[in-house]
Amino acid sequence: MSGKASRWLTAFTIATYLFLFAPIVVLIVFSFNDSRRSFTWQGFTLQWYEKLLANTDMLNALKVTMEVAAIAVVGATILGSLLGLGLARLRFRGSGAVQTLLLLPIMTPEIIMGISLLVFFSQLFGLNGSVGQIALAHITFCISYVAITVRARAASLDPRLEEAARDLGASAVGAFRHVTLPLLAPAIAAGAMLAFALSFDDLVVTSFNTGVGSTTLPVQIYSGIRFGVTPQINAISSIIVAVVSIALLIAWRLGAFRTAARAVIADPEGA
Amino acid sequence: MTTAEAPAELDGVTAPPREAVARRSGSAATSILVLPGVLWLVAFFLVPLAIMAVVSVGSVDPAGHITLANPGLGNYTHALDPEFIPALLRSIWYATATTILSLGIGYPVAYWISRYGGRHKVLLLILVMLPFWTSYLIRTYAWVMILRDNGVLNSLLLDSGLIDEPIPILNTDVSVILGMTYGFLPYAILPLFVSIDRLDFSMVQAARDLYASGRGAFLHVTLPLTMPGIIAAGLLTFIPALGDFVTPSVLGGAQTTTIAKLVQTIFTAGRDWPYGSALGFLLMGVTIVGTLIALRSLRREVIGASA
Repeated sequence: MSGKASRWLTAFTIATYLFLFAPIVVLIVFSFNDSRRSFTWQGFTLQWYEKLLANTDMLNALKVTMEVAAIAVVGATILGSLLGLGLARLRFRGSGAVQTLLLLPIMTPEIIMGISLLVFFSQLFGLNGSVGQIALAHITFCISYVAITVRARAASLDPRLEEAARDLGASAVGAFRHVTLPLLAPAIAAGAMLAFALSFDDLVVTSFNTGVGSTTLPVQIYSGIRFGVTPQINAISSIIVAVVSIALLIAWRLGAFRTAARAVIADPEGA
Repeated sequence: MTTAEAPAELDGVTAPPREAVARRSGSAATSILVLPGVLWLVAFFLVPLAIMAVVSVGSVDPAGHITLANPGLGNYTHALDPEFIPALLRSIWYATATTILSLGIGYPVAYWISRYGGRHKVLLLILVMLPFWTSYLIRTYAWVMILRDNGVLNSLLLDSGLIDEPIPILNTDVSVILGMTYGFLPYAILPLFVSIDRLDFSMVQAARDLYASGRGAFLHVTLPLTMPGIIAAGLLTFIPALGDFVTPSVLGGAQTTTIAKLVQTIFTAGRDWPYGSALGFLLMGVTIVGTLIALRSLRREVIGASA
């Protein structure tokens, strides 16, 4: 077998990459197109971005989205990091059950999580959707991703580092604060970035827990799409793609994908 | 995956010896670290599912309130009604077509990355994963612009003179399957890459030396040895495709109703929540069982490869 790929195989691979990226490119290009209806290029314009800045519905939705994401990131990062650290450090009775509990929200179809929270909030508490309700839901589906990212990193830390600090007279809190936490920081930050990307982007779970005055951007976009395509949606979508890509790029630089991939693929017993 | 297999020395930290981990068992710190997260997941994940389970055996009284006056499995047997079966069959058909297409496209690409990607392997894989993380809704919406009657694709075909009339693609089975394949292709490529990258190509070489044709060597050596990856990739594509409601809603029309879309309609239109909950549990049952099988086969593959 020669070391060179057949031309067909190479062409097929390139075509697949084009297939993966072409729609996103089309989306961004047409957000600058100077035509409301036509899907042929009519010239460059920034008017859709200007109109977007004057669109109060969209701006309110952006505000709600950022509020939800802020709460979700803080909540999921604290709870998920503690959970990940605990699972990596300690083998205890029931840790298998906790691992399963952690995987279940990832395995459950989003729509099921959405309707179960809707039933939960409305039947038990009579709530009809609010920023707080959406944020609670987002924390719930973000915890697992943060915990898995942090656990992979924590499991790779040498406990002797912390023991050495203790031997040199550090308190338990001091050793954790000055040795373990700085080593975990990249994974915690990566988990927070993943949580942000997931929360900022969520449509399905949110759409069941949204109420009057708590419409998020994806929900606003979804209802916009159902009424027809407008270049403003292209503009806001391009902005979201940019924001989420930056968050993911930071997460990648911090090692989120590497640790997550290792957790799922190379360390099956741990995952 | 070679890169993923590399242990944690990347940042100058080595994996701790197992005994060191075990020695810490039973520390009181356990509960303090793990408890808040566990309690949260119980309160906002398990309890809502339990409430939904209770609601699913209830019914709706004439005033429109959910009542447990006559609990029973009626909603589950009611699921066999004409509304449900076509939606279920359609969901399975979409998921099956998506899986076959994703494997058919994903296998050659994963093979190429593994064999010819060289030092760019990781970058090429990240490029596959990036669109997957960037807003499923927006990526699906982008296809609306491409596929609609006056969209990019039809404009190109009309301008080039290949067609005289726009081809209706949007709101058909074709657009839904295309959108799902686009959305779930990365789920297929990653596990396929893992299993192809682990394959010892001297086996293929040996088959060739023993006069197997290129095709024969592929069919009798490469394909069987990468079968665990194919199974894992298939299930990891099939499961989310089965529960997807964004694609059938955005790229589909009235005649592309899937189970997930049906459940969504039942809930947003304020119809029979107990019935919707029962349908949701049926969908979830299929999904969880499928995912467990996928994870198990993925693990077996990894353990088998490292043994």
